[in-house]
Amino acid sequence: MSEERGSSAQTEEDEDLFVSAMESPEAARLSAEDLSPSSNGPRDDDPDDLFAEATEEVSLDSPERQPILSDGPSPAITPVSISPRVDVFDRSPDLDEEEEENRDTFDIQISVSDPEKVGDGMNAFMIYKVTTKTSLSIFSRDEVCVKRRFSDFLGLHSKLASKYMHMGFIVPPAPEKSIVGMTKVKVGKEDLSSVEFVEKRRSALERYLLRTVKHPALLKDPDVLQFLESSELPRAVSTQALSGAGILRMVNKAADAVNKMTIKMNESDAWFEEKQQQFENLDVQLRKLHVSVESLVCHRKELSVNTALFAKSAAMLGNSEDHTALSRALSQLAEVEEKIEQLHQEQANADFYLISELLGDYVRLITAVRGVFDQRMKAWGKWQDAQLMLQRKREAEAKLQYASKPEKLQQARDEIREWEGKVQQGERDFEQISRNIRREVGQFEKERVKDFRVVIMKYLESLVHSQQQLIKYWEAFLPEAKAIA
Amino acid sequence: MTSISEDSDKEKVRSVSVDLNNDASLIIDIPDALCERDKVKFTIHVKTTISSFQKPAFSVPRQHEDFIWLHDTIVETEEYAGLIIPPAPPKPDFEGPREKMHKLGEGESSMTKEEYAKMKQELEAEYLAVFKKTVQVHEVFLQRLSSHPIFRKDRNFQIFLEYDQDLSVRRKNAKEMFGGFFKNMVKSADEVLISGVKEVDEFFEQEKTFLLDYSSKIKDATAKAEKMTRSHKNVADDYNHISGALNHTAADNNTAFKKHLEKSAEVFEKLRKLEDRVASDQELKLTELLRYYTRDIQAAKDLLYRRARALADYENSNKALDKARLKGKDIAQAEENQKKSLQKFDKLSESGKKELTSFKARRVVAFRKNLIEMTELEIKHAKNSMSLLQGTIEILNSN
Repeated sequence: MSEERGSSAQTEEDEDLFVSAMESPEAARLSAEDLSPSSNGPRDDDPDDLFAEATEEVSLDSPERQPILSDGPSPAITPVSISPRVDVFDRSPDLDEEEEENRDTFDIQISVSDPEKVGDGMNAFMIYKVTTKTSLSIFSRDEVCVKRRFSDFLGLHSKLASKYMHMGFIVPPAPEKSIVGMTKVKVGKEDLSSVEFVEKRRSALERYLLRTVKHPALLKDPDVLQFLESSELPRAVSTQALSGAGILRMVNKAADAVNKMTIKMNESDAWFEEKQQQFENLDVQLRKLHVSVESLVCHRKELSVNTALFAKSAAMLGNSEDHTALSRALSQLAEVEEKIEQLHQEQANADFYLISELLGDYVRLITAVRGVFDQRMKAWGKWQDAQLMLQRKREAEAKLQYASKPEKLQQARDEIREWEGKVQQGERDFEQISRNIRREVGQFEKERVKDFRVVIMKYLESLVHSQQQLIKYWEAFLPEAKAIA
Repeated sequence: MTSISEDSDKEKVRSVSVDLNNDASLIIDIPDALCERDKVKFTIHVKTTISSFQKPAFSVPRQHEDFIWLHDTIVETEEYAGLIIPPAPPKPDFEGPREKMHKLGEGESSMTKEEYAKMKQELEAEYLAVFKKTVQVHEVFLQRLSSHPIFRKDRNFQIFLEYDQDLSVRRKNAKEMFGGFFKNMVKSADEVLISGVKEVDEFFEQEKTFLLDYSSKIKDATAKAEKMTRSHKNVADDYNHISGALNHTAADNNTAFKKHLEKSAEVFEKLRKLEDRVASDQELKLTELLRYYTRDIQAAKDLLYRRARALADYENSNKALDKARLKGKDIAQAEENQKKSLQKFDKLSESGKKELTSFKARRVVAFRKNLIEMTELEIKHAKNSMSLLQGTIEILNSN
């Protein structure tokens, strides 16, 4: 108990740091230097520590928490097994520093590659190779290769969501299912659109895993480790839409939606209200941006196709032209346009993979973030319900006082104690999830800004490259045009 | 009402013609044009030393329909059968900008001030582009006539230039237009005639083969170039929307990143302008060039057709003469006809040869000029884009 209180005290202290970080990132950078030696150095690693503490708390509370807060079927909740993991990250400073170093370099590389079709017809599926290269100690080997199929990824996400979402952790969403896309692949169409679909999916799966392991708590999760390392994985049938688990998920989703409408939360904390509004706005803006970028990808692909068509037509015109020098120039023009077509195609790919897919990921991530806020509302609701129930039990006991039924009175008193406990638990859970969300959101915002910065830079560089190539091609053509005599 | 004045960019605008104004005795240009609802009024400016004109310099307003009238009278003039008749300028097409203006009017209430101003700017740019194109093509038509030794003396051409009142009384009425329509129909059927006619002259044989093939190829190239240009414009449009969306997102973000987003929005806005310029320059230099020569090739084919007709007439007159000799009736008349047909055919062949030769020279020079100018512009725009992008990358990196 004392341990728990101690760690929550530290959490509060760190939480204050985080609050100030929210208000002014520049100020926060300065305060990082002021950090007391008991917390660790670079600001970046505060959340890491805090996350570790969070899991520690879970393991202490676990048996009671399951029935109240878990979200539907949780096939692999192993709160007990978390605690041995936590032991690895004890509070001794040396280990913290080592861990900090690991976090600094984030020494884990995951790639998803070599899509392979297995089977035929409608039962066919794609197998992807997942390669993990790391020097982190939690992994048993430096380099691991496993084969996974799409439903395995969905299964992993499902487990992580049911374990962590109700605690306020932002679990990265898995790539979307696509009936149309997969059917084409299954049916065996080797055309460009199915190749593109598989590549799109492979890339999405890779990004999904990278995001998942970036989250310190998820990185240590046994399901994640099992996913990355073990050669055999039990088939995740519960991810199928029409499975028992699938239907249960749908029912829960509906129930959540109803709850959202009925729970009128008294928001005492302005931060949450602000953030929720912010994320609502961001949702709208990113979707709009995504639509514009998708349009750009489409039009650039069209441009590429039309340039190719023009190139062919110019070549034919050159062939038909009876003036020799002009004929040659037209053929050269056709060649230049062919090269430019290739450029446009490459640029369209950059448009897509750099920006469009990233935006799509973030739109889904923001949905997950908003979901986490909803979880907090749910926790609040449960706490309120417990308080109401306690009140009722107290009233019932008061009535029984004058009814001289000793056994019933005792029972009522027992129930009061039970519900007092539940109210306390509800309050603790609510505060815990609020703390977690603040941390998670802070981390998320940092990651988002970093991601976008990096992507914008990469994209601008891809545009520069295109322009450089264009200059090269046209400068080579200019003498040809001048040579027409 | 919108009007443009030609600025010093006249040289660049007049790309298809290639120095058609180098004879100082008759210089024509279109310095100004007014757009009134559906009608475009071109201001024709003439400078001349030719005595048959009343004044050495003067201006006159003309509508598109006046140009068509002039073209049709020239087409219908027998004497010009052996000449390539400069193709009529196409009708000014303001459909695109007009649609946009409509959309702008409708969406005004739902747009922010900046969005509205931006769209208005785009609209004006589009109007200007269409203007440039249509002025160029009308100007070239007149310049082709003024620089041709025979056409420049045409009576109707002079009337067109000088008549200081509305020409509409002299324009085609509906009946004549109908006649013209039929003529065109018959003409295309006679393409078969051109290919079918037995050609003795090596030169014309080659020209025929070349023109028939080239005509379909250049038509195709024009269509493909148009599609390509349109795609460029679509990409520019998308850059515009992305810029707007980035600005919206910037409005909500925390300070450090906000600047980042705003800079990115700015870069996309500038890229849009550049991409738009690339598209319109490509259209002016490449697509318009191809469009013009598609029409010019058709005019050359028309010449071949008239000559083929004349040949067919000559052959018919020969047959008629033989028949007349057989019958012993109207021999003199038949001989007269035969002589006339042969004369006509010879005249057409002689001037046709000259025209087709100079046509090729003209075509090669025009292609050369436009391809060079287009390439130079592409390089210029790409260099501008690159320095813009690199500048932005530097600024963002230093943040």
